[in-house]
Amino acid sequence: MLVARHLCKTYGERVAVNDVSVTVDRGQIVGLLGPNGAGKSTTVAMLCGLVAPDRGMVSVDGVTLHGDAAPARRRIGVVPQDLALYENLPARDNVLLFGALYGVDRTVLKPRADQALAFVQLLDRAKDKPATFSGGMKRRLNLACALAHDPDILLLDEPTVGVDPQSRNAIFEYLEALRAKGKALLYTTHYMEEAERLCDRILIIDQGRIVADDTLAGLRSRLPATRNATLQLQGVVDADLRQLLASRGIDVTESAAPASLEDIFLQLTGRSLRDES
Amino acid sequence: MSAFLALVRTDLRLYLTDPRALLISLVAPVLIAAFMGSVLGGAPKKPTPIPVGIVDLDASEVSQRIVAGLRSDPAFDLRALAEAAAVEQVRKGSLRAAAVIPSGFGEQAVAALFRPDAQRPEIVVHVDPSQSMTRPMIEGLLAQHVIESVTASAFNSATGVRAIGSLREDIAAGGAIDPGARTDLLSMFDSIQRVQARSANQAADTSGTAAAAAAVGLRMPYRTRSVEVTGGDDTPYNAYAHSFAGMSVQFVLLMGVDLGVALLLMRKLGLWQRLRAAPLSRGTLIGARIASGTAIATLLMAGIYIAAVVLFGVRVLGSLAGFVAVVVSFALMASTMGLLIAAVGRTPGATRGLAIVVTLLLVMLGGAWVPTFLFPEWLASLTRFIPTRWAIDGLDAMTWRAQGIDAVLIPVLAMLGCSALFAALAVRGFRWQEN
Repeated sequence: MLVARHLCKTYGERVAVNDVSVTVDRGQIVGLLGPNGAGKSTTVAMLCGLVAPDRGMVSVDGVTLHGDAAPARRRIGVVPQDLALYENLPARDNVLLFGALYGVDRTVLKPRADQALAFVQLLDRAKDKPATFSGGMKRRLNLACALAHDPDILLLDEPTVGVDPQSRNAIFEYLEALRAKGKALLYTTHYMEEAERLCDRILIIDQGRIVADDTLAGLRSRLPATRNATLQLQGVVDADLRQLLASRGIDVTESAAPASLEDIFLQLTGRSLRDES
Repeated sequence: MSAFLALVRTDLRLYLTDPRALLISLVAPVLIAAFMGSVLGGAPKKPTPIPVGIVDLDASEVSQRIVAGLRSDPAFDLRALAEAAAVEQVRKGSLRAAAVIPSGFGEQAVAALFRPDAQRPEIVVHVDPSQSMTRPMIEGLLAQHVIESVTASAFNSATGVRAIGSLREDIAAGGAIDPGARTDLLSMFDSIQRVQARSANQAADTSGTAAAAAAVGLRMPYRTRSVEVTGGDDTPYNAYAHSFAGMSVQFVLLMGVDLGVALLLMRKLGLWQRLRAAPLSRGTLIGARIASGTAIATLLMAGIYIAAVVLFGVRVLGSLAGFVAVVVSFALMASTMGLLIAAVGRTPGATRGLAIVVTLLLVMLGGAWVPTFLFPEWLASLTRFIPTRWAIDGLDAMTWRAQGIDAVLIPVLAMLGCSALFAALAVRGFRWQEN
């Protein structure tokens, strides 16, 4: 449904995105995983037409986003990382506005807005202003605003930043429900557990390049299972002590576990911090 | 079109339901314009007397006549004081000025009136330097009363009799003067002495007050009558009309600054990017901002002028169409200026500070605070090219100056041209992509 081929974007001397290709099909959640500054947001910006790529192309069911892209762009919903809401406009009016911007007919816009609010469990707060909402509620409204025009494709740029576990779980359930409806979702995050839970396929991006594109199982198969030993001891335990304990006949239990996605991620992208300049 | 209207409607709704914005943009200009209008004269009314001190160290018939004349003048609120107290009150600001009539003033003034070689006495006027506007008025009125009092005394008082007598003796004995001129001068002095004698006899027959009233002396050979040139013969000047023009221009420009800063804030919060992600053309996004800004500015101007009409009697005595044209073209200019600010600004905080300083400078140069004729000549010439002056002059022309629409055609076209320039610069400088 959403296809991007060989996207490149450079800002001055800095290469933000280098030959990135992404495909998201109906009923699929694709995770775009990367450290800070890896090029996730720039990629999303190019996918929704906000930033023009230097090279490469983006298409929705074969219709490119170049030129008169309005019909294709109407099929895309964007949930930005920022809480991009009018704080002093009631929740319903926020959803109505963004629906109107995507050309939804007035006769269907109001019920559509209420559906979106009901979907994120905010219909009872439809008349309240986001300024009075908690962080989690604002995140859910942020999602509802992207759903007002019933898009086929949803681009979510770290949509759970700063929310409590309950709101995060609720958002996961919404996204899973959208997948079940046949929507195509691209989900950027740097939270490993989110990608593990939600994504059918995971793309790992680092320094503007896709370094892995696979299912979770496929990614896991890239690294051998690590061996973990659990010792329930008190006091300082080092190799000498462990050898000593073994030599004294103390039982040491060991168990094997598969590598976590975080292990894989760190193996691929390294462990150094990537603070944005 | 529905997306365009949705954006405009949202901007209008957000602004007009924001109590802080309305307080600053609507209530503040009305209050400040009311204050400035009252300071500049307000609605037609009796002028406030100027508080002036008088110190009479002479206490002669001449000086008392001067004090009486000044006291009867409605332009002054005269207070007789000791010199130290008078100066202190000027220093404190409770008196605009204090005039000190020195000892011996009467004798010296009458003598100096006829004798070029006589020493002229000096009246010292202590003035409040912050009240430079009233100083020439005080000195002018003081000159009038001194001349009238001194000449009256010269013809009617003992001081005058002594002075003329002494002068006549000097002329009669003088050798250097032309004989023909001497004869003429002596004849004039004789005539004056006859007038003095007649006045003395009348004073003996009547009360002193009546004699003073009938005193012969020099008077100002003319009087003035000021006719205010306003919108009509029966229409007095209303100073609120100008103050409301200035304040509405100032606060609508500040509203334009706010709109520009709000756009920078939207960009910072990610809201602008979200709008950009929608399938809208740049023209729709920018056009909606200009349209909503113009509509808000027009509504604010309308609100401010409704208050001016209802509360302060300001009237659009000129062309109503011209007034609307000035308001709308200025509103458009303020809106595009806001867009330009958003295009060139980087952070909301820094941009707001700089934009407010520039706006206040423009407003000051436009004559909203002080009349432009008080500026140095080069600066006054420069203000002809300041858009705020076009707006203020245009509003003045359509209100109390009662001009026709032709009087504002050039200012309106100039403001529309400025709007086009601001919009073009804004679109060119606008950062459409984040990096």
